[in-house]
Amino acid sequence: MVKEEQELANRPDNTAFTQQRLPAWQPMLSAGIVIPGFVIIGLAFIGIGVALFVTSHSIQVLELDYTGVENTEPCYRCSDPSSKNCVCTLEFSIDSLFEGPVFFYYGLTNYFQNYRKYGASRDDNQLSGDLDYFKSPGNDCAPYQYNSNNKPIVPCGAIANSMFNDTFKLYQIIRGSKKLVPFDGKGIAWWTDYNIKYRNPSVTPLKNAFNDTVKPLFWSKPAYELDPTDPANNGFINQDFLVWMRRAALPDFRKLYRRITEGDYAKGLPAGNYSLEIAYNYPVMSFDGRKKVVLSNVSWMGGKNEFLGIAYLVIGSLCVVMSIVMLIVYAKFKFPEED
Amino acid sequence: MTGAEITGDISDWQVDNRAKKDNHIKTSKYNVFTFLPINLFEQFQRVANAYFVVLLILQIIPEISSLSWFTTIVPLVLVLAITAVKDATDDYFRHKSDQQVNNRQSQVLIRGSLQNEKWMNVRVGDIIKLENNQFVAADILLLCSSEPYGLCYIETADLDGETNLKVRQALTITSDLGDITKLMDFDGEVICEPPNNKLDKFTGTLFWRDNKYPLDNEKMLLRGCVLRNTEWCFGLVIFAGLQTKLMQNCGKTSFKRTSIDKLMNTLVLWIFAFLICMGVILAIGNTIWESQIGRNFQVFLPWNEFQRSAVFSGFLTFWSYIIILNTVVPISLYVSVEVLRLGHSYFINWDRKMYYSQTDTAAEARTTTLNEELGQVEFIFSDKTGTLTQNIMVFSKCSINGKTFGDIYNEYDQKVEITEKTACVDFSFNPLCDRRFKFYDSNLVEAIKLEDLAVQEFFRLLALCHTVMPEEKSEGNLVYQAQSPDEGALVTAARNFGFVFRARTPETITLCEMGRAVTYQLLAILDFNNVRKRMSVIVRNPEGQIKLYSKGADTIIFDRLDPSNEDLMYTTSEHLNEFAGEGLRTLALAYKDLDEDDFDVWMKKLLFASTVIENREEQLAVLYEEIEQGLKLLGATAIEDKLQEGVPETIACLSLADIKIWVLTGDKLETAMNIGYSCNMLRDDMNEVFVISSHTVQEVQQQLRSAKEHILGLSRVSSTGDVEKTNMFAVDSVFEETIIAEYALVINGHSLAHALEPQLEHVLLDLACLCKTVICCRVTPLQKAQVVELVKRHKGAVTLAIGDGANDVSMIKTAHIGVGISGQEGMQAVLASDYSFAQFRYLQRLLLVHGRWSYFRMCNFLCYFFYKNFAFTLVHFWYGFFCGFSAQTVYDQWFITLFNIVYTSLPVLAMGLFDQDVNDQNSLRYPCLYKPGQQNLLFNKRQFFLCTLQGIGTSFLLFFIPYGAFSVMVKEDGSHFSDQQTFAVTIATSLVIVVSVQGFGELITSGKNMRMNTVPSVSSPGRTPHSSTWIENVLKRKNEVSCANDESTGGPENSDIAEQTPKQQHTD
Repeated sequence: MVKEEQELANRPDNTAFTQQRLPAWQPMLSAGIVIPGFVIIGLAFIGIGVALFVTSHSIQVLELDYTGVENTEPCYRCSDPSSKNCVCTLEFSIDSLFEGPVFFYYGLTNYFQNYRKYGASRDDNQLSGDLDYFKSPGNDCAPYQYNSNNKPIVPCGAIANSMFNDTFKLYQIIRGSKKLVPFDGKGIAWWTDYNIKYRNPSVTPLKNAFNDTVKPLFWSKPAYELDPTDPANNGFINQDFLVWMRRAALPDFRKLYRRITEGDYAKGLPAGNYSLEIAYNYPVMSFDGRKKVVLSNVSWMGGKNEFLGIAYLVIGSLCVVMSIVMLIVYAKFKFPEED
Repeated sequence: MTGAEITGDISDWQVDNRAKKDNHIKTSKYNVFTFLPINLFEQFQRVANAYFVVLLILQIIPEISSLSWFTTIVPLVLVLAITAVKDATDDYFRHKSDQQVNNRQSQVLIRGSLQNEKWMNVRVGDIIKLENNQFVAADILLLCSSEPYGLCYIETADLDGETNLKVRQALTITSDLGDITKLMDFDGEVICEPPNNKLDKFTGTLFWRDNKYPLDNEKMLLRGCVLRNTEWCFGLVIFAGLQTKLMQNCGKTSFKRTSIDKLMNTLVLWIFAFLICMGVILAIGNTIWESQIGRNFQVFLPWNEFQRSAVFSGFLTFWSYIIILNTVVPISLYVSVEVLRLGHSYFINWDRKMYYSQTDTAAEARTTTLNEELGQVEFIFSDKTGTLTQNIMVFSKCSINGKTFGDIYNEYDQKVEITEKTACVDFSFNPLCDRRFKFYDSNLVEAIKLEDLAVQEFFRLLALCHTVMPEEKSEGNLVYQAQSPDEGALVTAARNFGFVFRARTPETITLCEMGRAVTYQLLAILDFNNVRKRMSVIVRNPEGQIKLYSKGADTIIFDRLDPSNEDLMYTTSEHLNEFAGEGLRTLALAYKDLDEDDFDVWMKKLLFASTVIENREEQLAVLYEEIEQGLKLLGATAIEDKLQEGVPETIACLSLADIKIWVLTGDKLETAMNIGYSCNMLRDDMNEVFVISSHTVQEVQQQLRSAKEHILGLSRVSSTGDVEKTNMFAVDSVFEETIIAEYALVINGHSLAHALEPQLEHVLLDLACLCKTVICCRVTPLQKAQVVELVKRHKGAVTLAIGDGANDVSMIKTAHIGVGISGQEGMQAVLASDYSFAQFRYLQRLLLVHGRWSYFRMCNFLCYFFYKNFAFTLVHFWYGFFCGFSAQTVYDQWFITLFNIVYTSLPVLAMGLFDQDVNDQNSLRYPCLYKPGQQNLLFNKRQFFLCTLQGIGTSFLLFFIPYGAFSVMVKEDGSHFSDQQTFAVTIATSLVIVVSVQGFGELITSGKNMRMNTVPSVSSPGRTPHSSTWIENVLKRKNEVSCANDESTGGPENSDIAEQTPKQQHTD
């Protein structure tokens, strides 16, 4: 017995793996499976598409461009870069109740937050509150690393430097008088940004952490004064700052500014006339950009987006058409081996 | 002067050269300190690695770097590290074995006494003592041994794989130096050839005591041999260490590449060009963008100091995009291909259905880089003996003095077929007989017993003229160690008929003739080689007569016969034809009485010639020729070599797979044709069997031309009726495929030599391709290689050579794939081969199952891999148009780094290793499934375009659907959602899903075209197809593809075929 085994010492193992007999599943894609499959997928997609499309249609969106390109526009005088602290007012009216909760966005077009060098121009260590990087910001931040006196800029880099700084106030005009629509600026940034990625240095008062640093060149006030009233919204964890720092993927984008969820407007913006007061600071005319504000409400599928519904409808219909074509082909050239 | 490596007095030598020529060997490449630099240097010589280093350097330049350096360095370091670890372990084992070998002990004669020394301290010129079963430490000249006449026996398994004992003999003059004091006085001087790698040749001369003595390979013990059956021997070290023949043979063998490899390299170049195109487009885009938008955007993003113009920015962008788009040619492609091939090789090694239990031999993939080529073979060149046949030789018939023996007849004089039940001749009269030997014709034994002189002389010749070594383990229990099975069979036959070969010394041969011991003095051996095709011995019998006994190929012997033998020659020649017609291997035997004086003169010339260093071979050949004249014919032998199991079935199956099998054999025409018939390669229902056997160029040309015209002329008439004569040659290649009639070509070595000349080789090739079967007989090893080379060069087809003997080595090395049969004839063929197994019939499984799978898997893998990486990478291209051509990546950098290694490696590996579109039984049952591989259908330039197009389409959808969705995307809590990171993660996730689904989808549907009942099977080859599946289309299309489809495989003529191949194109 032992001898026999020795004689067959080179005999390969008889396992499913070595003998390539691993269990396998090999479906036969016959017409009987493929055609109904296509129909089912197509119908499901059409269903989803219709739902998305209808929902998207029910979402109300109001878009107001306030750049002031034409001299007829109310903000035309402010669009001149030389004017400082310019405030302009935009009047608009709503025909029917704008159902709440209403979200208030600002939008920029032709603005390349996704440009590689722009996107790289930041120092994540600094933004996570590491004081070492307050003194010597990373090289990526150049040319917003040090100012002309060679003092470190905090927060450094092109993104922070170019933070959007127009501010808005919305009034409802009720019988000639203006009633302020209350804005809610809490929780508009991403949870991870607010709680993990961005941190203020653990120095109190916060101002001391910024000793020997300068504010970004374009900023009117330093980071520790972004919201002096609320320490949980100040410095690097200021919601507006966080929203800005989360770079847009495409050159035409909008970012959430405020929610309208409080007081009389919790149910939505009633029909009527409104006035939007804009502190116009942010220059976009030089690169042919546009600024706008957007009022919108949402549904289960998020904001208004017709593309998704259409995409589903197109693919669903394609599947159905394909299945019909296959059915015709099948009926006409029925393969003899099917029986 | 050929060389004077060892000159000077040996005692001086030891002093002078002690430092240089020691026996230390080093096969390792590195040591601890040199490992890193040398290994890295070697690795970066590979184009792929060097390319990635260039990329890495680009990435380090901050102005260009669009990706962190780690995206390239992680995979690169991984690849380098794996290779380095592999190299390091290999080298570690080499170090260990070097050390072990270097530290082996040997006994060296130093200052009058034997001292133990490590092998590495043995020097050239030392005299060392070897004992039984010891390895020989260096290439040494045998001086003396414990056995009489300075004989010793060695086994050369480590050198050439042959396990039979070989005998070596010391010079008579040195063979009595058997004790140490005599050896101390030995002060000879050896002049020899420079170190070389020829294991079977050595030329040198020993000068000692004012005499010259010739040295040849028979006096050398080479490093790597083992001393057997010899108590001890002394030898003089001639070559040591790296100069030994064993070490000289360790050179690298030439590296074979598969056609897919070559295609892949071309494609990578194309992709590279495509990459540069994309880079240029995007760089131009960047220039335009910077000058129109970016210039004005400087409020928020000022240009760098050095970035003065948009054009310069475009230039930098070009390099940035080269970096991020380089993933179209990922480094993991090369790694994955290697991994897959290794896996496929293991599957071959593991296959129990290619394991031969009788010899305990499993199939072995000795090269791991050629697997997919096994799925594309179009031509098989096969040896006959030992490959198609078992190479177990049985003495079956003979013709003695014009009378044949071996057949048995019944009372009506009709031939009776020999079966298991036929009664054997009783050899019990002979106590020394071999019990396994069977012979059925009792007339021969009668003749022996009647002491017929011719018959006695016949068997005496068989017992004397050979190189077999006897081993008498106990009294009467003889074992013969024969280098060729033919010789073994003949000597065994002589033994059973009462002429027992019992013992051999260098100067005598002892026979036991009919129970009576007779010792012959051996005067000379005129050995066998492929040119001479004969061997002779000159002996002096006890009566004092000198006789020359010769055996060899019949034509050779017949040319050297005495004219008086003419009648006998004709009779014998008839018998020989008869034997050959039955597929037997024949040899003619002849003898000659020599005159004492003539012999003395000749012997002197021989001795002189054998000490010459230059042209020794030629001079010896002339002398041999001189004495082998005027022979007297004794008769002829016929040896049967049975076909291996399953050979005709395998050949039938392979030819159904459109593989052309050419048999190249050294046998004579009749034998070869007979084997052809028994293998089903030649059939009686064939339209014509052309036999080309002429001796001049003109005749050969004439025969080839007329055969070709015969075929073309007939088929032209039969298939198309009236084709104009003028296009006759232009349309030849088209006709090659439309010929329905079956032809065969048999050509002999003489004619082949002419036909292989440049002006005729085309005619030969055309004709051979028109024939279904080609048999070349009487070919030399060189001609075998030439034929393979011819087909390889002009047909552009994948060739496979299969053989088992040393004479097949050249053809095995020449062909794209060499297969060695590990059989009776030693291991040389196996050692030179890429794949080896024990039986010819396993070739069917190797090609139709493993080759087909490998090719199928590799093609699918490559298609999928290119698809995957195009889908992955081109998203960056589309994104360029929306991010100011700034070389912003879409994905997270870690995703880019790990995409190929982690995120999508499993489908690829699963598909590449396990996918079976058809299981092995069906692959064997329907050999025509093999054809797509031969026509390169599954992966060619067109397939590549299709899968890259698919990839481009997928990337387009992957980018633009999220683009549409994300342009105004808001979460259901109102927060904005269209930021870069979300966009990146969404695209990356959908990419992984789409690509994986595509991969697994292809995997589970890979057998979609294999409908059982639509494929003509082996069992019903003539069945007409009745539906248009892929296979039928391929078969139909096949007629439109010409056999002479030389260079363009992806050209327009193939486009139609590829269209028929299925491709799942639903990327939605």
